[in-house]
Amino acid sequence: MIGTGADGILRALEAEGVEVIFGLPGGAILPLYDAMARGTTVRHVLARHEQGAGHMAQGYARASGRVGVCVATSGPGATNLVTPIADAWMDSTPLVCITGQVRSNLIGTDAFQECDITGITIPIVKHSWLVQDVRELPEIIKAAFHVARTGRCGPVLVDVPRDVQEAELDFSYPDAVSLPGWKPPRRGHARQIAATAQAVAAAERPILYVGGGVLNAHATDELLELAERGRLPVVTTLMAKGAFPESHELHAGWPGMHGPKWSNWALNKADLIVAVGARFDDRVTGKLSAFAPGATVVHLDIDAAEISKIRHADIPVVGPLKSVLAELAETLEPVPGRTERWLAQIAEWRDAYPLRYAEDGDELKPQRVLELLQELTADRDVVFTTGVGQHQMWAMQYLRCDAPRSFITSGGLGTMGYGVPAAVGAKAARPDATVVCVDGDGCFQMTQQELATAVLEELPVVVVIVNNGYLGMVRQWQDMFFEERFSQIHLTQALPDYALLARAYGGLGFTAETEEELREALVTALDSGRACVIDARVDPREHCFPMIPSGAAAVDVIEYTPDGQEVIA
Amino acid sequence: MRHTLSVLVENKPGALMRVTSMFARRGFNIESLAVGPTERHDVSRITLRVDCAPGTLEQIEKQMHKLVNVLRVQELVAGESVERELALLKVAAPASKRAELMTLAEAFHARVADLGPDSIVFELVGTPEEIDSFEELVRPHGLQELGRTGRLGLGRAAKSKSPRPQHVLA
Repeated sequence: MIGTGADGILRALEAEGVEVIFGLPGGAILPLYDAMARGTTVRHVLARHEQGAGHMAQGYARASGRVGVCVATSGPGATNLVTPIADAWMDSTPLVCITGQVRSNLIGTDAFQECDITGITIPIVKHSWLVQDVRELPEIIKAAFHVARTGRCGPVLVDVPRDVQEAELDFSYPDAVSLPGWKPPRRGHARQIAATAQAVAAAERPILYVGGGVLNAHATDELLELAERGRLPVVTTLMAKGAFPESHELHAGWPGMHGPKWSNWALNKADLIVAVGARFDDRVTGKLSAFAPGATVVHLDIDAAEISKIRHADIPVVGPLKSVLAELAETLEPVPGRTERWLAQIAEWRDAYPLRYAEDGDELKPQRVLELLQELTADRDVVFTTGVGQHQMWAMQYLRCDAPRSFITSGGLGTMGYGVPAAVGAKAARPDATVVCVDGDGCFQMTQQELATAVLEELPVVVVIVNNGYLGMVRQWQDMFFEERFSQIHLTQALPDYALLARAYGGLGFTAETEEELREALVTALDSGRACVIDARVDPREHCFPMIPSGAAAVDVIEYTPDGQEVIA
Repeated sequence: MRHTLSVLVENKPGALMRVTSMFARRGFNIESLAVGPTERHDVSRITLRVDCAPGTLEQIEKQMHKLVNVLRVQELVAGESVERELALLKVAAPASKRAELMTLAEAFHARVADLGPDSIVFELVGTPEEIDSFEELVRPHGLQELGRTGRLGLGRAAKSKSPRPQHVLA
């Protein structure tokens, strides 16, 4: 099939089964957009900023379990993708980024809109390619998808000079890739799995510490099977929220800095931790030397480099989690009733230390916003996305996610502004689902322009802004750890007028200052089929509790108490 | 503790940068690095010298294995490998000192690569430790310039069982 390199890129995307890509055109990527105009089955969603396109591709990938694709031009278009690429790297989101580059003969001359994007992104991609010969293009695209989704998922980048896009190409898509240095593990070691099964059966206080790797491995069914077979409690990290049904009796909450005390206690007082696609992030462990001091650690992961990177693994198992968990469940010979005392202990902690907040005063409490959102979305097929900060932690605490891929957030990089574009991408992946972005007012203002994309591309999402008028998490830290010296955090609650802004973008806008107003707005918005923004104005003094102070032991949780005292339990 | 790693990489643009960038990003320190072709035109060898704890070495090896261009990572263990380095040393050599310098050079099997009216350029191939010694001995004579390749290494032709040649340091 004779065409151009740009045609070849589209034929390759079609061959990969790509349905939708997210991007924004510019000079060096013009030939690719010209090829789109000539015809393709791939839908292009036009973002308003390349960062938005990148986060949309991430939201799409996380909601669908497929590879997300985004496109940008050279120079500033490419550098605007750096944040989504770094985010995808930290959270292991499979992403193929295609960037235009200046013509080959101009590379290295500081040409207009030239930048070395392959060089800039080396520390945050699994691999990248600068296409130097149009004949290499099909194999490179094939390899890009293969690398992005095999092994530990993550971002890759393909930089295509304009003349390569324009050059004639007799396109044929290869059946296989030749990557002699890329050999992800195919299965876990049987002896290590057997050793794990023995350790699990022998443990008195075992716990499954589940991370986002389970979702990337499409292994949530196997996880459920293992947990139920062994009667094993499960804590899910922020990245794994929804990977194990949260209404299941074995779910033991979420560990980490703002996790409930009972979840952190369950993880830290276990005698056996089975880490499943999790990486002992500092936000989970707290002070490492004090983390789960009595626990033997089994670490199941596709990425050998995660084994013993942070916490020594007594039993490492490197392999794809889907087969590893299935084999483990099969091998496990649980001792009947062995974990019941431990489960009862966790339940006792759960009842003793519920999530609490002050329900006094006239002002709407942020936690109440999330409770109401939970109540009104409980019977829907819903996907939540969030920004980063207090609202994100409240969303983790108060939303119940029973289905995989129903909670999409920026965990590792902590990217403010992730929520709105990720929601748009998630809606493209799951048009029949209700997609709700829980955002902060600070986060929303970083990527709010993608409301235009939501409206014009008919990807209606509901944005609930937990608006406290502050960079709330920064405010909390300044209040708690910097002797209340508030510095450069006041955004104001009323500027901009978010409801008006939503209407300016062609969506529906609501302002809610009371619970009744919020309920009414949510009911209307969730059924509207329109892009909506609900400005929920909440008590700015509210802190997010429980909290493990940075550098403290994970068992030393600061809790909210009804008398307003913050106590370390 | 010091370790030598021999890394085979695909001979592709940016392969070396991907390796060194990973070291920089993760805070691993490279003491020396030598890169060059191998018996295969599409494969290059990077020989790295690092100073780190055993746990860090394991991390370095695993992180390198994740790089798409990296084909093999092997630690060269003393006694089971051959390590060599090339050094060029320009030493001040007034007529009165030449004889002494030449005697030194002879002892180390260093060759004279170039000879000028006031200085000599020596060429020395040896273990890095031999080069260290030679460098120290000529330094008092006026070491004007020094260039070292960094160490190169290969696994030994006959694995550990055969007696080691004297000049391979343990």
